[in-house]
Amino acid sequence: MTIHDTSLGPLPAPPASPARRLAVALHRHPGVRLGGLLAAPLGWMVVAYLGSLILFFITSFWTVDSFSGNLVTQPSLENYAEIFTTEVYRTIALRTVGMAALVTVTTIALAFPIAFYMAKMASDRTRGTLVVSILLPLWSGYLVKVYAWRLILSADGVLNGVLEPFGIRGPGFGEVAVWLVETYLWLPYMIIPLYAGLERVPGSLIEASSDLGARTWPTFRRVIVPLVLPAIIAGSIFTFSLTLGDYITPTLVSNTRFMGNVIYDFLGVAGNQPLAAAYAMVPIVIMIVYLLVARRLGAFEAL
Amino acid sequence: MRKQWLVLGAIAAIAVSACGGGSTGTPKPAVPTAVGDGEGALNLVAWSGYVVGGTGGEHVTGYDWVTPFEQASGCKVTVKVGLDSANMVQLMKTGEYDGVSASGDATLRLIAGGDVSPVNLDLIPNYKDVFAGLKNQSYNTVDGLSYGVPHGRGANVLMYNPAIVTTPPDSWSTVFAADSPYAGKVTAYNYAIYVADAALYLMATKPDLGIKNPYALDEKQLAAAVDLLKQQKALVSKYWGTPQEEIDGFANGDMAIGTAWQYQANTINASGGNVKVEVTKPKEGATGWSDTWMVSSKAKHPNCMYKWMDYIISPKANADVTVYFGEAPVSDAACAEAEKQSAGHCALFHANDEAYFKDVWYWNTPSVTCLDGRTDVKCTDFDAWTKAWTDVTGS
Amino acid sequence: MQLGRGTRIALRLASGAILAFIYIPIAIIVLYSFNSSRVATWPISGLTLDWYRQAFADVGIRNALSASVAAAIGATIIALVLGTLIALAVQRYRFFGRETISFLVILPIALPGIVTGIALSTAFRSIGTELGLLTIIVGHATFCIVTIYNNVIARLRRTSASFEEASADLGADTFRTFRRITMPAIRTSLVAGALLAFALSFDEIIVTNFTAGASIQTLPIWIFSNYSRPNQLPLVNVAAVLVLLLSIIPVYLATRITHGEGATRG
Repeated sequence: MTIHDTSLGPLPAPPASPARRLAVALHRHPGVRLGGLLAAPLGWMVVAYLGSLILFFITSFWTVDSFSGNLVTQPSLENYAEIFTTEVYRTIALRTVGMAALVTVTTIALAFPIAFYMAKMASDRTRGTLVVSILLPLWSGYLVKVYAWRLILSADGVLNGVLEPFGIRGPGFGEVAVWLVETYLWLPYMIIPLYAGLERVPGSLIEASSDLGARTWPTFRRVIVPLVLPAIIAGSIFTFSLTLGDYITPTLVSNTRFMGNVIYDFLGVAGNQPLAAAYAMVPIVIMIVYLLVARRLGAFEAL
Repeated sequence: MRKQWLVLGAIAAIAVSACGGGSTGTPKPAVPTAVGDGEGALNLVAWSGYVVGGTGGEHVTGYDWVTPFEQASGCKVTVKVGLDSANMVQLMKTGEYDGVSASGDATLRLIAGGDVSPVNLDLIPNYKDVFAGLKNQSYNTVDGLSYGVPHGRGANVLMYNPAIVTTPPDSWSTVFAADSPYAGKVTAYNYAIYVADAALYLMATKPDLGIKNPYALDEKQLAAAVDLLKQQKALVSKYWGTPQEEIDGFANGDMAIGTAWQYQANTINASGGNVKVEVTKPKEGATGWSDTWMVSSKAKHPNCMYKWMDYIISPKANADVTVYFGEAPVSDAACAEAEKQSAGHCALFHANDEAYFKDVWYWNTPSVTCLDGRTDVKCTDFDAWTKAWTDVTGS
Repeated sequence: MQLGRGTRIALRLASGAILAFIYIPIAIIVLYSFNSSRVATWPISGLTLDWYRQAFADVGIRNALSASVAAAIGATIIALVLGTLIALAVQRYRFFGRETISFLVILPIALPGIVTGIALSTAFRSIGTELGLLTIIVGHATFCIVTIYNNVIARLRRTSASFEEASADLGADTFRTFRRITMPAIRTSLVAGALLAFALSFDEIIVTNFTAGASIQTLPIWIFSNYSRPNQLPLVNVAAVLVLLLSIIPVYLATRITHGEGATRG
């Protein structure tokens, strides 16, 4: 009589295929496993992307022969001197950063109600429909949306047509238009992370807060906001950086220039890549600082 | 991690040394002596409306002048529409295209940068019929070497909506003067070459500045032009960068007067909307453009390009494209063909009216060596104009 | 969950208004795809189905659409593989430079598109690659990696490593463990990330402009070039509407798959 149950007899040893042998080797050498995981992606990111970024940075120390348009690889600080001493470049940089910040704040304000509704109040079915509705416009094409806005904002356009009986006129083209359109374009990028963040806030916490006597606004300020702050910052990485670098919308709905326009003009119009690279360092540095702060505040976990 | 820095450093070092050879002077590209068989393909960079039909040209119902070329030469044509001159220069620098329809503000840069080759005009039979006023222009002929064939020409006219601009305008003051009655409805070309238009106005209104050629501006003259443009900005509702933007602007009431190409006027009037426009060349003259078809120095299909250059100035093809686009044809024979398609076309565009083009300043490339021949001062180059334009629009 | 009645009504109204804000321009796009005039003015001059008829016959749209789909699929696949690899490495191992990696991965999408575009196109040209579909895919993959990476890593954080260890104790090798244990756990996060990666690649214009070269047009490039040819503008709106309609089903399916797990992101 045997003690052990025959149905639980020892499993046959798996065949010693090459895959199995490789797997065993990988198991024995976790370093190789790690290397294997990282080799391809790191290889691409570091060598190609980072490498070309560094090369781009290096070109900012070169200049361009003003007639032939060919590169002169004599290192010099000429480009940086020009950028920092000319007033208009400062104005443009400040304008762009200001607009990016304004758009970020506006998208947060607009995203909150609908994200909260989706996360906490909507039925399952409504929530599903809403998520699809918010994601869908991402597929309708950036340029097509901007041109639709041009029709809305023009002098004889939709907005003025609607407002006319009330005697008011729309903002027309200009920086207000840029603000409106950029907010519109990047709103889904703020709604989705915010919605995901709010979903993770347990309803019980909010109930507990009101049980303890807090009304809507204090609950919001003291319980909800701190919990979703990482998600807000994660969303803001998109809205801020996308606005910071955009050059197409400002050209189409305003008469002014943003940092992206200047970089594009130096590169494309003047054929001056070194100067474009030097000016491009401004948004790059801004974004790196922004990312470091965001990481500090835990945003990378909430993307 | 340190190893990664070493690798990066090595790559950077290699890259720097590889790119270091970029400023060793531009070799003169070779000129062919005969046109052989077509290579089967042709990749062009062109303005919108220049290469229509065929396998890879723009698609416009009812228009096609590329298919006859493809059938005769066996060269399948593709076109990359350039957004503006700078975009075209950039595209040509990639070496992926065989030819370009370059305006004068791009031609000299392409020549100096070694991106285009001189053209052997003996290999282009139709060239002899081209109007004398289009040959040997300063923007496409350097050191006696010709770099291309002319495509057509036109003036940057003043376009206006007569419903709003009730008195027919005869001066650019309507878009430049601080007290213009059309403030808030003015438009201008959103591109650095527009500085020349300001200079042109200053030639008439401030002759003591001494501007003789709107593309030859020294620092002082450029500064005056910038001041004028900044003053104009207060009048402008919206600049236009592509023809579509201007067409939309006039059709939707944002713009009522401003510089334009005939193309926009034709399109607006043909679109059947409520807005109709008219054009005029003001008394101060105008800037203009005459595009040149140029061959890339890295062209992979040079024979096809030569065949194209001959084809596009042949009477029927040139009539097709100039009637469609709205510009003056290049020869009497082309004019005769154009009259069949659109009676009065040549008169409308002053095709053989050299007097009309006397005060039209074709787009040219501003450079440090003054284009008006002055040697006592240094003029401003296109780099400086680009920065000036950024100053005007970005302040 | 306790919320004042006033607050509930306000939230409902606000959500409705925001949804309207999002969809009014879309409605305009749809309306003007039927525009009988080539120039878009308000109010619309007339309606016609001509543009739809033309769109189905137009070779340019078809090529652009298939190029965009091909590029998006390629970029998403690469992003899936690379993103998962990095996420597994960062979450399940400790090594020097771990912190920097999440930073590095997000860089392509955080830096202005024009910078990424110029950097990539210089990289391609200096190693002598011809610009075309492959370079587009590679360019897109670079900034799509982050969407997969973030989703997977968030899910891995919530999934205990002990399951994988148990699997190894029971005799499963590395690949088997990955296939049977890890994959099912991260599958829905992969779907969510892939959906966003696909959308990002499909609609991208700035980086693509620099990495596409002469021969190929993705849909955004086709749209861009059509805006400088004032002769078939409503065709562009038609293209946008068709893409919208085509994408309803995949987006819906994807959200249903991910929602089955109780969350749409990670």
